[in-house]
Amino acid sequence: MPCVSPDGKPTSSGMALLNSLKNKALSPKEIASKTGQPLFRVRSGLRELKNAGFVEEHEGLYRLSKNGEMLIP
Amino acid sequence: MSEAKEETGLPVLGKKAPDFEAVTTQGTLRLSDYEGTWLVLFSHPADFTPVCTTEFIAFSDIYEELKNRNTELLGLSVDSVSSHIAWIRNVEEKMGVKIPFPIIADLNKEVAEKYGMIHPEQSKTETVRCVFVIDPESKIRAMIYYPLTTGRNMKEILRLIDALQTTDEHKIATPANWNPGDPVVVPPPATAEQAEERLKEGYECKDWYLCTKKL
Repeated sequence: MPCVSPDGKPTSSGMALLNSLKNKALSPKEIASKTGQPLFRVRSGLRELKNAGFVEEHEGLYRLSKNGEMLIP
Repeated sequence: MSEAKEETGLPVLGKKAPDFEAVTTQGTLRLSDYEGTWLVLFSHPADFTPVCTTEFIAFSDIYEELKNRNTELLGLSVDSVSSHIAWIRNVEEKMGVKIPFPIIADLNKEVAEKYGMIHPEQSKTETVRCVFVIDPESKIRAMIYYPLTTGRNMKEILRLIDALQTTDEHKIATPANWNPGDPVVVPPPATAEQAEERLKEGYECKDWYLCTKKL
């Protein structure tokens, strides 16, 4: 499912991915395992969240960006 | 002729599947999003058509069985995402079946052309009923093409995936009409010495070149 709505806010699917990253950096496979979402959907969602500035990626691991942390206190 | 000319025509078994990024009913997806899982990429002629509707219900019926085989489904037709959404909502409302997998809205036929899904003698504008089985390394492992008039057989698609995965795991081949649990074919010997030894290895052999075993 799209993880960022046209108004630029994360959808419920996007929020589920962001919640899984609270206080940690995870790989797409780890996020898929934690959220129960299919791996292809996690990869697609992370790409959207990264483009929208909610997550950052370093060497295959994803973590919340400053904007993402503001949504997941 | 330019050496940089892009390869065209039908995909080839064993080669990398053509890459794509496409709008689907579940967001924008790339082929690479499926790396590490098996993928059944299939096309249908058009939304709101009878044979396609029966196929979508049938694909939904085997979705969990595919997931148990580490396999995802991805549909495609030359329709808009709005049409796809309206159709799957209609199928859920009228037939009680929720379509759980994404469907590519290939309005510009970009993916359809890369995969040779349009056969002009069948239709110049619609995709025929193609099935591409793509492995976790994004290689094309099997292709099935059906005409517009003939709905596909889901049991054969499951059987095909079982056969490919069993071949990968055990380095064997599968005979005609094979199903999981049936004897498998041992690869034919490459030398006369191997052929001689083959007869002593406890396989069930009709002759030196046709030996089967139970897994």
